[in-house]
Amino acid sequence: MKTLTKEPLNVIIGGVGGQGNVLMAFLLGGALVNKGYFTGVCDTYGTSQRGGPVASHVRISKNRQYGPLISSGHAGVILALEPVEALRLLNQFGSQDTIVITNSRPVYSSDVSSGKATYPEMDELLQAIEKFSAKLTVIDATDAALKMGGSIYTNIIMIGALIGADLLPVDKESIVEVLSERFHGTVLDNNIKALDKGIELVRQ
Amino acid sequence: MPGIDVDAPGSVQLLMGNEAFARGALEAGIGFTASYPGTPASEILSTLASVAKKMNFHAEWSTNEIVALEAAAGASFAGIPAISSMKQNGINVVSDFLVNLGMTGIGKGGLVVVAGDDPSAISSSNEQDSRWICKWMDMPLLEPSTAQEAKEMVKWAFDLSRELDIVCIVRETTRLAHTRGNVKLGELPKTEKKAYFADTWNMCNPTKSKFTAGSFGILHYQLQQKLAKAPAIFEASLFNYYVGPDKPELLIITSGVCQLFSREAVEELKLQDRVGIFRLATSWPLPEKLVEKQLSRAQKVLFVEEINPFIEGSVMELAASFPASKPHIDFYGKRTGHISLFGEQNTDLVISAIAKIMGATYQARDAEYQKGIEEAAKMVPPRSINFCAGCPHRGTYWAVKDALTLDGRNGLATGDIGCYSMGFVAGGFFQERAMHCMGAGIGVANGLGNLKQFGFTQPVIAMAGDSTFYHACIPALINSVYNEANFIFLILDNSATAMTGFQPHPGVGKGATGEQAPVVDMDALCRSLGAKVEVCDPFDLKNTTETLVRLMADEEPGAKVVIMRRVCELVRARREKAPYKMHVDPDKCAGDDCGCKRLCIRLFACPGLMWDKEAGKAKIDEALCTGCGLCTDICPQGAIIKEAV
Repeated sequence: MKTLTKEPLNVIIGGVGGQGNVLMAFLLGGALVNKGYFTGVCDTYGTSQRGGPVASHVRISKNRQYGPLISSGHAGVILALEPVEALRLLNQFGSQDTIVITNSRPVYSSDVSSGKATYPEMDELLQAIEKFSAKLTVIDATDAALKMGGSIYTNIIMIGALIGADLLPVDKESIVEVLSERFHGTVLDNNIKALDKGIELVRQ
Repeated sequence: MPGIDVDAPGSVQLLMGNEAFARGALEAGIGFTASYPGTPASEILSTLASVAKKMNFHAEWSTNEIVALEAAAGASFAGIPAISSMKQNGINVVSDFLVNLGMTGIGKGGLVVVAGDDPSAISSSNEQDSRWICKWMDMPLLEPSTAQEAKEMVKWAFDLSRELDIVCIVRETTRLAHTRGNVKLGELPKTEKKAYFADTWNMCNPTKSKFTAGSFGILHYQLQQKLAKAPAIFEASLFNYYVGPDKPELLIITSGVCQLFSREAVEELKLQDRVGIFRLATSWPLPEKLVEKQLSRAQKVLFVEEINPFIEGSVMELAASFPASKPHIDFYGKRTGHISLFGEQNTDLVISAIAKIMGATYQARDAEYQKGIEEAAKMVPPRSINFCAGCPHRGTYWAVKDALTLDGRNGLATGDIGCYSMGFVAGGFFQERAMHCMGAGIGVANGLGNLKQFGFTQPVIAMAGDSTFYHACIPALINSVYNEANFIFLILDNSATAMTGFQPHPGVGKGATGEQAPVVDMDALCRSLGAKVEVCDPFDLKNTTETLVRLMADEEPGAKVVIMRRVCELVRARREKAPYKMHVDPDKCAGDDCGCKRLCIRLFACPGLMWDKEAGKAKIDEALCTGCGLCTDICPQGAIIKEAV
C-alpha cells in the first residue's frame, strides 16, 4: 500500500442529483478497498431525488475505518460535477489546502430558471474557487461526454480526471476492475474510453 | 462487486451499512424477511430479496410494517429465523404487535428487528429516537457504529433473540445505513431448515399455547425476567470497550456513529491523553457493573448520542443509586445543552462540546479564510426541492390548484407520505396544507368532512400515493363510507413506491424478488367498499379540473375516490422513448410582454423549462425535458409545441 498524502485522505465528490456522483464514489471506494485501504463512502442528499445538491464523502486510511462525515476544513480533494457545487462544498468543507477539480458545465436549479435566484458569472465563480483552494483544475467533461455520445459519460470522465491528477493511490486498472464487475461489452468499452478521456483532459 | 451472497469467508468487500445488515442476516441463516420501504432502512430488504430465490428463503415487501413484523414472527414461531427492518415511523406502526410479542416470546427461530432512525429528518416527515421502544417494551438494544459491526451485531442479535426468547432490536441511523465501509465476510451456514409450529406449553400461561398473549400480568413479569439475563451477557461483550488513559479528565460515553465522531473530535483537539471514550454498544438494558466501572474513571462525563438523551438518562438514573461515599460526577450532554436535543451529530459539534468542557480552543479554518469563503459562497444559488421533469404529480397539483380556485370556497388538500408530499412546497403550488404520517391525509379528511353542522363549507381533497393507499388508507376509506364523511380522495397511482426507490407494491403485479405477483385491483377494492370511483389522467388537466370541480359540488356523503393514474416518469423513461419532442415557438412566446409573468418557469416550474436570457423567452432544456407534453396545456399563448415522436 502506498502512503497517503494525508491520513486520513478525505475526498468529496459533489454534484446535482441525477448526475451520477453516487456511482463515482462507489467505483472509487471499490478500487480502494481492493487495494487494501480502509474506505468509507457516505452519500449525503436531501429529500429531492433529482436536482438537489448531492455529495459523497470518501475517507481513505491505511489504519482504520473513519466516520461517515468529513469535518469542516478537512476536505483534501473536491471533485465536482458542477462548478457552483464545488464552491458550495469548499465553503462547507474546504481550506486553503484543498485541491479542486470541477466540471465546467453549469446545471441551473429551478430557482435560477424561474428568476428567483441568479447563477453567478462563470469567471467570478471560478476565480473564487481558485482563490480559496490550493489548486483548481477545470475540465470540460460534459462537452467531452456529448462528443462521445451522451452526457451520461460525464461522471466517468471526471473519475478519469481524478485518477489522472495522481492525487489518490488508484490507477486506471483498478477502476476498470470495478467497472468490469458492473458493466460489460460496449458499455464497458465506452466507460473505459471515458476514463481515458478524463485522464487526458486533466494532464493537458 | 460480487453479490451479497458471495461465499468467500475472510474476503473484504465494500458494503453499504444496509447491505452489511443484510449480509449479517445471511450469515445468521435467516429463512424469512419482510419489510415495507422507508428511508433509511429500505436497502436491507432489497439486498436480501436480490438473493432470496437463489438461497431458498422467503423475502417480501409487505403492505405495511405491522404486517411485515407479524409475518416474520409467524416464521419465527415455526422455527424459521426471521428479520424485519423498518424506518422509525415503522417502529410506531408495529408497536401494538410488538408489545404483545414481548408477552409471548418469539419461538425457536429467532426474530430481529432493525430500526432505522433518521436524525435531522433528512428523508422523513419527523425525527424520532426509536430506542425508547426497548425501554418501553423490555427488549434488548444493540447500536453498531460501522458496516462491519452492523454485520456482526445482526448475527449476535439472532443468538440473543433465541437465547432469551425475545425480539432483539438493532438500531441504525441514516449515516450508518448509507455509508459504505470495509466488511470482512464470514461463513454462510448451509443447514437445512424445516418449519413446524410447535406451541410449547408455558407454565405461566393458562392457555394451551405459549403464543397467546392475555390478561396475565405474570407474562410481563416473565418478560422482565428474560431481559434481566441480558446485562450479564452484555458485561462480557467485546462490542463495549474503553479507549483512552486510565484516569481521564473527561469520560465520553457514546454509541452508534457518534462513537466515530467522538474519536475524531478528541484527536482533532489533541486531547487523547486527557479524554477517554467508553463505547456502549448494548445500550439497553444497561450492563450496570461495566458502566459503574467506567464511571469510576473520571469526575466529568459527556454523553454523545443521537437523538434523545437515552443513554444519558439511563446512566444518570444508575448513578443516582450510588452511595454518597462515591466521588461526585459532573454529567454533561443534552441536559446541559452541550449536545443538541435534536438533529444529527457530527465531528464539529462534538469538538465544540468537548472544547467547552475542557476549556480548549479550536478553529477548523483560519479566521481570514472562514470570512472570505463565507462571503464568496453568497453567490451560490439554492437548489429547491421540486418534482422531477415530467412528473405526473405536477399535473395533479396543477389541476387541484385550478379546481380549488374555481370552486372559490378556500378548499384545501390534506397530504400524505411520498414524493407527492412535496405538494407543500412551491413545486406542488403550496396546495398541501396538512401532512403527517402514512394514511393521515384521508384520516384527517374524515374529521374535516364531518363538520357541516358547524358551518364548514371548505372542500377537502385528501391525497395519497398508490403504495400509501395499500399501506394505510383502507380503514379510513371504510370509515368515510360508514360515517358519511364528505371529501374527495385522490389516489396518485404512479405504479411505484417512487420516493424510496421504486419498490413494488400489491398493485403492480410484481413481488420483491422480481417475480410475477397477483394484482390487488385498487379500483374494484374502492368500489366494493361503497365509494364512488372515477379515474383521471393527471396529464389531462381539463378533464381532471372539471371532475374535481363537479365532485366538490357533490353534497352526497362518503368519500369520492378519484384515481389519478399515470406511471412515474422515471419508470416510464426507463422503459420507452419520450412521446414528444418539445420546443417553444419564439414567434408565439411573448416573453415578458405576455402578462403571464413567465408562468411556465415561475409557477409551473418543470425543470425541463428554462428562461433564455438573450431571447427574453421561455426555452426547453433539452438535457432535462422528458418530452411528456404537459406544459403545452399551460401556456396562455400556446407557444409550447409538442410534436409526436
